[in-house]
Amino acid sequence: MVGNMKRYRHAAVASALLSLFGAGAAHAQAPQSVFAPAGPVARTQGELLSLTLYIAIGIFVVVGSILLYTVIRFRERPGDPIPKQIQGNTTLEVIWTVIPIVILTVIAVPTVRDSFNLASPPTDDVLEVRVIGHQWWWEFEYPQLGLVTANELKIPVGKVVHLTLESNDVIHSFWVPRLAGKMDVVPNRVNSMWLVAEESGIFYGQCAEYCGTSHANMRLRVIAQPAEEFEAWVAARRSVEALAFADDLAARGKEIFESTGSCWACHTVDGTAADGRVGPDLTDFGSRTTLAAGMLPNTPENLAAWLRDPQAVKPGALMPRLNLSDADIEALTAFLHSLL
Amino acid sequence: MSHVGVERTATGVPNRKLGIWLFLASECMFFGALIATYLVYQGQSLVGPYPEDLFNIPLTTVSTFVLLMSSLAMVLAVSASQRQDMRGTRIWLGVTAGMGLIFLGFQAYEYAHFIQAGLTLSVNLFGSTFYVLTGIHGTHVLIGVVWLLSLLVHTLRPLDWSRRALDIEIAGLYWHFVDVVWIVIFTVIYLLGVGG
Amino acid sequence: MATHDEVYQGIRSGFALPRPQSTTGFWSWVTTVDHKRIGIMYFVTSIFFFLVGGIEALFIRAQLFAPNLNLISADRFNQLFTMHGTTMVFLAVMPLSAAFFNYLLPLMLGARDVAFPRLNAFSYWMYLFGGIFINLGWFVEAVPAVGWFGYANLTSTTYTPGLATDYWALGLQILGIGTLVSGFNFIVTILNMRAPGMTLMKMPVFAWTTLVTSFLIIFSFPSVTVGLLLLTFDRLFGANFFEVAANADVVLWQHLFWIFGHPEVYILILPAMGIVSEILPTFARKPLFGYSVMVFSTMLIGFMGFMVWSHHMFTVGLGPVVNSIFSLATMAIAIPTGVKIFNWISTLWGGSIRFRTPLLFALGFIFMFMIGGLSGVMHSSAPSNAQQQDTYFVVAHFHYVLIGGAIFALFAGIYYWFPKVTGRLMNETLGKLNFILMFIGFNVTFFPMHFLGLMGMPRRIYTYGPELGLTFWNQVSTVGAFILAVGVAVFLVNLAVSLRRGEIAAADPWDARTLEWMTSNPPPVYNFAEIPVVSARDEFWARKYEGVAARESAAAHENSGERGIHLPGNSYFPILMAAGITIFSLGLLYHAAVTFTGLAITVLSLFGWAFEGVGGTIVYPEGEAR
Ligand code: HEA
Ligand code: HEA
Ligand code: HEC
Ligand code: CUA
Ligand SMILES: [Cu+2]
Repeated sequence: MVGNMKRYRHAAVASALLSLFGAGAAHAQAPQSVFAPAGPVARTQGELLSLTLYIAIGIFVVVGSILLYTVIRFRERPGDPIPKQIQGNTTLEVIWTVIPIVILTVIAVPTVRDSFNLASPPTDDVLEVRVIGHQWWWEFEYPQLGLVTANELKIPVGKVVHLTLESNDVIHSFWVPRLAGKMDVVPNRVNSMWLVAEESGIFYGQCAEYCGTSHANMRLRVIAQPAEEFEAWVAARRSVEALAFADDLAARGKEIFESTGSCWACHTVDGTAADGRVGPDLTDFGSRTTLAAGMLPNTPENLAAWLRDPQAVKPGALMPRLNLSDADIEALTAFLHSLL
Repeated sequence: MSHVGVERTATGVPNRKLGIWLFLASECMFFGALIATYLVYQGQSLVGPYPEDLFNIPLTTVSTFVLLMSSLAMVLAVSASQRQDMRGTRIWLGVTAGMGLIFLGFQAYEYAHFIQAGLTLSVNLFGSTFYVLTGIHGTHVLIGVVWLLSLLVHTLRPLDWSRRALDIEIAGLYWHFVDVVWIVIFTVIYLLGVGG
Repeated sequence: MATHDEVYQGIRSGFALPRPQSTTGFWSWVTTVDHKRIGIMYFVTSIFFFLVGGIEALFIRAQLFAPNLNLISADRFNQLFTMHGTTMVFLAVMPLSAAFFNYLLPLMLGARDVAFPRLNAFSYWMYLFGGIFINLGWFVEAVPAVGWFGYANLTSTTYTPGLATDYWALGLQILGIGTLVSGFNFIVTILNMRAPGMTLMKMPVFAWTTLVTSFLIIFSFPSVTVGLLLLTFDRLFGANFFEVAANADVVLWQHLFWIFGHPEVYILILPAMGIVSEILPTFARKPLFGYSVMVFSTMLIGFMGFMVWSHHMFTVGLGPVVNSIFSLATMAIAIPTGVKIFNWISTLWGGSIRFRTPLLFALGFIFMFMIGGLSGVMHSSAPSNAQQQDTYFVVAHFHYVLIGGAIFALFAGIYYWFPKVTGRLMNETLGKLNFILMFIGFNVTFFPMHFLGLMGMPRRIYTYGPELGLTFWNQVSTVGAFILAVGVAVFLVNLAVSLRRGEIAAADPWDARTLEWMTSNPPPVYNFAEIPVVSARDEFWARKYEGVAARESAAAHENSGERGIHLPGNSYFPILMAAGITIFSLGLLYHAAVTFTGLAITVLSLFGWAFEGVGGTIVYPEGEAR
């Protein structure tokens, strides 16, 4: 009877804890949750994580209950004699050495298996992407397609994407929780990882290794599209010709962008004279959903604020404040937002 | 009454002697990390000068030999002090320190030569690792020399021999350690580094 | 042979200062070599730094209360977590443990002092000056912002120009020297200064954990010493150890740091485990269950601690072979640790448990440490670690082991030994309030961090967007931190109140088991009038309850008070030498002249130290014939 009660209590505690973790972490409102995998890599890692989590909760509940029981059962009562001075017990020591070994084996086997499995990605028909970490933004290069973009990585749904990670300055870490666990981006090293998005959508990610002032603002998006949409985007990117604008404002913006001592030195926009590599490639900036590495929605107001004073928007940003007039900013905004 | 120099200890080893052994154990990790750093960066320099352009193995062999012999002198100093042979102690302490100085002289010469040949701390990874590793070892030798000379001066006072002999033995342990470290550095960096 | 006078009055060489004579007042503290006074100084200083680190944490929590808050700037936030981590680890928890080593070990071992009293003072001054040095940045706006493990190459002058990172690197170096020295000191003390009859296997477990901790110190610190040295050469003299342009490998720093850094976490927890292993038997009125297994598991944890460092580097890209090896090695540490937990429970089993504040904190320790340890095992699985590394899940893990573990146990120790040090008991009501507030505040602060981590919140971010759904748990956590702060405040009040008006403690207020309770509260300068001869593991208990008679022995007799007890003399040189090294380091940042001044002070004090002679006085315990 009492035993049963206790069993129920354990079960209740366990399920309460589990639902806490569940409610806490797998929440629909948590777009970076590791418990909502959308690809095989994140799923494998998440399953392992769940396994260890259940085991941990189980151990805590069992051992914690024993401890609690002991403390209550053996609390001092008036008139207690001096307890028997027991020094130890070898059988017990052996038992509680062996049980953890068994439990750990249960974790160890899939750990090793998955370590190796995840390190050897499928090799046929992969999309290669070179990821370059910069203080505090991401550059993406598609060597097979000859394209460069930044901060928002477009990939086709269902295709294996093989990422090669390099750093332009300090250590960063590439992390898109719903697609794959993180991999560090280390200067003088070339790391790699892979991922597959099984559904279309926007997947949030973020730099996970402290990299200086705006580490918190080094975010990214992976945009997984059906293959046709992706192909269409690639085709559009490739067919960018010399840009010309009917709209006067945008045309003036292009002029400013290309003029000496200005944006062109750091940014590339296909179809213009700008071919700098210091800052993000802006060729498809018009279709970016966010600005300044996932920090802000890409609206005209935010863009204007950015051009007026990048550091005010993003502490430490390495784009200089160019003291542009309001008119120039208006023109540049029009130009940038009329890009692909 | 029990006197202060030789305290009674639970292990029977005097405190200071046990202390220096622990210190040297810790130093093993210290030099281990430095040597490992050197090895990690071996052959990784992008620009010269490279070790094979600079190392003069015969010359360094001589200085290594001098340092090796200084350990012998140190042994003699310790044994003289244990025999309470004041003159012998002074002589051998002086000889040990002198050989340490000669070793440092060689090292100074080598540095001067390398710097002339363009190897600085900043020029490449070899320069950084080489100077820091050998420089820290050289500093250890220098400290040892000062230590030995201080003991030498101290033997000029009439003092409690049991205590003095322990002082010298401890300095001796340090000196042998510094010597052994050099043997490792010489083998790994000079002999294997250029030969391999 | 030297005469009595020559030995004790000190032999002065030309420039050595005379041995300081004052026994009360400011100078007596500055020049003291008494382990008990040094222990008290460690205690006061480390509590001070704990508050500093705690206030830094409160700023962090305040800034994270809501998305896109702008209470403090990004740079300031980065400085805050760097200084918070550095302060808590090196200036609060380690030295607080050192306070216990200092005050208690000689008493527990039945010794008159540590093996090298002046070196002991030197360690303390290096700690104090190193702590001040690292914090100097606050006054000259040069606060490091590289994280407590300062990964290269963010620490290079390219990415962190100015003096901030230098303050950090040199300050840690100063602290490291002091710590190394105290490591040597305590090993020698434990091996050599035990009372007659106290074999290694009769030592209190706290002495064992201190011994293993000290070994961890002397074998792990050199690695970070080298790392910091290389960094300093890079920054001050243009070397290339972590210069990417010269083809350096920045991962080298990570190895050097974590070869130290992982043993370091056991340096933080083992003393705490030792304290708990002393407290549970006392309050359960039973001996520690499985003493020899406890000793062995301590050694095993210490040993294995050196083989797991790369579990901090699972995402660096070391490959599946390395990751698997380090995963398995890391998991294995759960085994000896689990053994400890089970032995503690068995110690309580069958006991007669008295719920005084020290016991409450000790129980809190077991519960909280277990949670932290289990999340540690979750980290140790490399593939799933890729989803945990550098998130708040890790932040939750290490605060559970560091606060729920180390801090709770240290607080238990403070409540337990307070009467030993002051002769007064701490207030029990305030103590229980203190415990409850800290226990609740702690869990409310840090349990939600598990969720935050799994919801994808990276650590070291000064802000987050509202779209990530992290707001609620961050708010809970921040509220918890302030409850925790109130708990700490109650502790401070309790210290102050009890110090002045606490109930006078009986000689043996807890019905304890070990030697330190055989002398008066507080103990006389010479600790024991007559060194006890030990014949049982819990000698004091055995004498009280098992009719074990105090044994006589020649050794103890020789050391007895009748012949007078030699107390080592105070000295100016420990503080002078520590000051010299600190000035030297400061000079490296500002001016060569200062460097040479510091060097000169260091060398001169070293000689003064060596030649000032033994000094000291002979005292005769009261009531004994002169
Ligand atoms: C007091 C300090 C302390 C202690 C004791 C521990 C103990 C452990 N730690 Fe922790 N750790 C830290 C302090 C500590 N750690 C810190 C500060 C960091 C972060 C550093 C930074 O990045 O800033 C860290 C980070 C850290 C990481 C890296 C995380 C990351 O960055 O990705 C890992 C990975 O494996 C890890 C593992 C472990 C393990 C396996 C233990 C084990 O020793 C735990 C063993 C204990 C138990 C398991 C509980 C009791 C056992 C039982 C009840 C038996 C039954 C159990 C089983 C069968 C599982 N720790
Ligand atoms: C033993 C070590 C230790 C301790 C005790 C603590 C204690 C606390 N820590 Fe932590 N912490 C670390 C070690 C520790 N920490 C480390 C190593 C890091 C990693 C750093 C890095 O990433 O580089 C870290 C990081 C860290 C972070 C993550 C920062 C980030 O990644 O961005 C957070 C966030 O909440 C945090 C919070 C706290 C809190 C709320 C406490 C609380 O427990 C504090 C409790 C104390 C107080 C609240 C003080 C009480 C003050 C008063 C009562 C006022 C009295 C006033 C006067 C006398 C004037 N800590
Ligand atoms: C010295 C180099 C430099 C110059 C000149 C420069 N930029 Fe930038 N720019 C950068 C960098 C670096 C970033 C990335 C900042 C970040 O996100 O941290 C950036 C980011 C941007 C972004 C956001 C890109 C994105 O993907 O979110 C826009 C838009 C932009 N710059 C426009 C301009 C315009 C317009 C000009 C000229 C008026 C200009 N830049 C001049 C370096 C420069
Ligand atoms: Cu890049 Cu953090
Ligand atoms: Cu670790």
